[in-house]
Parts: sequence; structure tokens; C-alpha cells
Amino acid sequence: MNVEPPVRVEDKLYYNRYLVDVGHPHVKVRAHTRPSPQLLALLKACPARCYELNDDGQVEITVDGCIECGTCRVIAEPTGDIQWSHPRGGYGVLFKFG
Amino acid sequence: MIEERFDAIVVGAGMAGNAAALTMAKRGMKVLQLERGEYPGSKNVQGAILYADMMEKLVPEFREEAPLERHLIEQRFWMMDDRSHVGMHYRSEDFNEERPNRYTIIRAQFDKWFSSKVREAGATVLCETTVTELARDERERIVGVRTDRRDGEIHADVVVLAEGVNGLLGTRAGLRARPTPDNVALAVKEMHFLPRETIEARFNLKGDEGVVIEAAGTISRGMTGMGFIYANKECISLGIGCLVADFQRTGQTPYGLLDQFKRHPSVAPLIAGSEVKEYSAHLIPEGGYKSIPQLYGEGWVVVGDAAQLNNAIHREGSNLAMTSGRIAAEAIDLVKSRGEPMSATNLSIYKKLLDDSFVIKDLKKYKDFPPLMHTHSQNFFLTYPQLISKAMQNFVRVDGTPKAEKEKATLKSFVKARSWTGLFGDAYRFARAWR
Ligand SMILES: Cc1cc2nc3c(=O)[nH]c(=O)nc-3n(C[C@H](O)[C@H](O)[C@H](O)COP(=O)(O)OP(=O)(O)OC[C@H]3O[C@@H](n4cnc5c(N)ncnc54)[C@H](O)[C@@H]3O)c2cc1C
Ligand code: SF4
Repeated sequence: MNVEPPVRVEDKLYYNRYLVDVGHPHVKVRAHTRPSPQLLALLKACPARCYELNDDGQVEITVDGCIECGTCRVIAEPTGDIQWSHPRGGYGVLFKFG
Repeated sequence: MIEERFDAIVVGAGMAGNAAALTMAKRGMKVLQLERGEYPGSKNVQGAILYADMMEKLVPEFREEAPLERHLIEQRFWMMDDRSHVGMHYRSEDFNEERPNRYTIIRAQFDKWFSSKVREAGATVLCETTVTELARDERERIVGVRTDRRDGEIHADVVVLAEGVNGLLGTRAGLRARPTPDNVALAVKEMHFLPRETIEARFNLKGDEGVVIEAAGTISRGMTGMGFIYANKECISLGIGCLVADFQRTGQTPYGLLDQFKRHPSVAPLIAGSEVKEYSAHLIPEGGYKSIPQLYGEGWVVVGDAAQLNNAIHREGSNLAMTSGRIAAEAIDLVKSRGEPMSATNLSIYKKLLDDSFVIKDLKKYKDFPPLMHTHSQNFFLTYPQLISKAMQNFVRVDGTPKAEKEKATLKSFVKARSWTGLFGDAYRFARAWR
């Protein structure tokens, strides 16, 4: 087994510029008691680690660091687990390089 | 101001949208282009290699004007295991030519420039505007769009959907299916800044010469995926991507993969001491020919990544996007010049023209490749790279073992790992898909 240093995604996101649309999250998780396998997959698959498990074992999202890749939409929109839209015009991540 | 009617509305100011808007505006059409980003490029991620030929067809003088990074004189392919890489490098002085064939670019900067050409040609470009819905008439034809900027609809004879891989509008309107986990890859990327001289010394370059490295092997941990390292003037683009279905199946994290790639002994010295200035992620269409959706309909066409027009084997996407955008625009102009309506029947000329271009011909050639790679990813991305690395080591290490015995050992390791039927099967399948 090779031991790997944990990756701190927060540090990575710190490089980026965002214009957060406070109060208008563009991705929403449907209320649930037990998360589906698709929702659970997002905990690992989201490159910005926007999805987290709360103390009750439900999957929650904080969209502030979202880099708008669409991965969660591809995985969990078909099952109705999440609702995914683009942020309002001008909001969200602002790549300087891309 | 928007009460007026347009000949065409283009959704998106990426490569495909800019190509379409520019081509139509140059031909005197009244074009409105809508982009959700703060400026064109602010949402877009690419490696990025620009292919000159397709750009030249749109802006012949781009070499003098566009923000280009380096012209490529060398291409490296690396097959990697955890501690080694087997490389194939092609470098040629021929690429130091008057009109180089490939350049590295930085998309956010390039798109901004490209968009300035679209405006110069006379198109109206509105940024910070997300198109939320397509507007239809009572006969279900697409007649315009709705945006989050103002109430009501903006109308046009035709809507060009250049909305990129996520393609929300088209999928919501039922014009095509949502991308599935096995026909899109997720790529994560970082921009590593270093002094120009350091980059040139590390990559053996002078002046504006450039090099790109494409890497595959155990870096994707058995998933279908690739890594890339591209030299720009003062930074290095470095990233890795794998099929979304593979991430979903394995529970690997994209940032974990990226970090492991950066720490690989062949990679780490190239970026040592760099300052990271951005972390980005984006999907790449990987489904190939078989995943291309309906390309036109009543009052609409779809171009670029939204139509899955991406050649994953050759890592080409922006050129297919530009070409499909241009061809769609030419088709629209043709219909308009005949004074005919933008009906599905008339717009089908777009598909006919595209079928005759390299875009569809190339994708057709590799139509069986994506499924082969996806179902045999363990072999192609894990087992073979390990075996080949071992074989190379056995070949170059001088330790007193007779050469014949060395060859036997190598052969034995291949047969042991994949069996004779496995080896022949893989070779046969690979050759067939490549044909
Ligand atoms: C990591 C990576 C590396 C790559 N490397 C290469 C490479 O080296 N060479 C190459 O040729 N290709 C490469 N590609 C592929 C290439 O980036 C794409 O094929 C190309 O960008 C597609 O262009 P497009 O115009 O179709 O889509 P995009 O460039 O994605 O443009 C879509 C635009 O539409 C806008 N938009 C979307 N929806 C809306 C809406 N509802 N309202 C308003 N605006 C909207 C977006 O903001 C965006 O500006 C790479 C891709 C990735 C992710
Ligand atoms: S769009 Fe991408 S970055 Fe944003 S929440 Fe979904 S997976 Fe995470």
C-alpha cells in the first residue's frame, strides 16, 4: 500500500476567482433520508469537493467553490437526486487562464 | 433594444460559437451572440493546443494578432508505470516554419481575442447573459431564446447551439440526450507558473518553441484516461482526465489523481518550484461517432462539444468545434441566400457538408475505439504499461543475464499477464478499431 498525503482541495480552490451569487445556489440536492449510490459517488467525484456528508448521513452541497464542470449533473441528475443549472450570467467561477 | 429580430442567435462564445458568429457576421447577417461568462473564455477550459489550419480558415491573420503561447516543435508520448515512463518523442526542425501548424494557447485569453474579431465583423455580443430556455412557436419550431437578463423572448430565424459539452438547453428541450457517464471524461487541470528561461531549459527549447507531453498508463489507476503537460511561455498546463463512469465506479478522486501525477518522478522535476495560479475542471466528450446526436431541426443547429464532436484519440476538440461552427454558418447562409425558411429539411445541408469534412470522417474512422478502451481499460491503462516498462528495464539494464534469457523472461511476463489468446485478442481488437 502506498500512503498518500491527503489533498487539500480548499487550498486549490483558493487560487480561483469566483463571484458567488449569494442565496441563489445553481445546484440543489433533493431532500432525502438515505442517499442513493449516485449521490454518494459525488462525495468523491466532484473535483471541488462541494458535496459532503452531514451528521445525519445525508449528502449536502455548498456551491461556492463549484467549478461548473457538470460531473455531478451527469451522474445524479438522471435519478432526480440533484437539480443542475448554470449560475446566473456573470456569476460563478471566473477563469483567468482556463 | 432587443425588440429587434435577428437573422441568427448564437448561444455560447467558445470555439464553436465564435466560429459560427464570425462567419455569419462576415457574410452580412444580423447576429446576436449570448455568453454566460463575465467575458468570453471565462468559463472555458482546454489543454490547450490550437490547430492553425482551422483557425486560419476563420481569421487568416491570427498569427500576428492572437495571444499565442508557443509553436510546437516536439510531441512526446509517455507510457507510464508508477516509477518509470517509456517515451516516444518526435521533434523536428521542420516545425520551426514560417506558418507553424500547432500552438499552445491559454483559452480564457484566446477566447477574449477571438470574440473581439466577432464584434469587429459586426455581431452583437452580450456577456453575463445565461440563456435559460429555447422559445418555440405554436408549431414547436425553435424561434428564439429566453435569458436571465430580461423578460420575454428574443427572436431569430435560427438558433445556433454552441453551448459546450454540458449542453443544458438542447437536452432540456429534448433535442438530444444528456451526456452519460460513459461518454464524457472529467479532466482537472492546474496552471504552474515558472520563469520563461526555466521552462525553456527544462524542456530543451529556445525562443517561442514549444513541446507537449501526452501521458497514459498507471497514472489513471486502471481507468480510461490520459494526462497532459503542455509548455506555455511562462507557465505549464498540467492535467489529467478519466471517464466519469470510471470515477463513479472506482471512487477515485480527480484531485487525488492529479496530485499523484504531479508527484510522479518523471513529472515532478518539470514543475518543481512552480507557483500554481489556477485549478480548473471540465468535461470532454468521449463517446465518438456513435454518440453524435441529431445535428439540426426546425430553426436550430448544434455545433462543437454540445454535439459530441470531439476526437479523443487525437486530443482534438477545438478544431472540430471551429469547423462545425463555420460549416453550420455557411449552411445557414446558403439557406438564407436562397430566401428559404430555416426548416429542418433546408438545414439538413449542414449535416451533408459536415459529413464530407474531416470532422465526421475522422470520428467515423475511430467509431469502435471508445467502447474498446472503456471495456478493456484495465489492460490498456494498467497491465500493458506495467509490462512494457518492465520489458524496457529488462532490455536496458546490464546485469550479466544473457540476452536470450532476458527476451524469454519478457515474453513470459506478457503471456502470464494476458495469456496468448488475450494478447492476440487485444492486438486484433486494437488493429480493427484503428482501421
Ligand atoms: C482539459 C481539456 C483539454 C483539452 N485539450 C484540447 C486540445 O489541446 N486541443 C483541442 O483542440 N481541444 C482540446 N480540448 C477540447 C476543447 O476544449 C473543446 O472541444 C472545445 O472547447 C469545444 O468548443 P465549444 O465552443 O463547443 O464549447 P466551449 O468552448 O465549452 O464553449 C461553450 C460556451 O458556451 C457558453 N454557454 C453554455 N451554455 C450557455 C447558456 N445557457 N447561455 C449562455 N452561454 C452558455 C459557455 O460559457 C462557453 O463559453 C480539451 C478539453 C479539455 C477539457
Ligand atoms: S458542477 Fe462539478 S464542481 Fe460543481 S458541484 Fe458539480 S461536480 Fe462539483
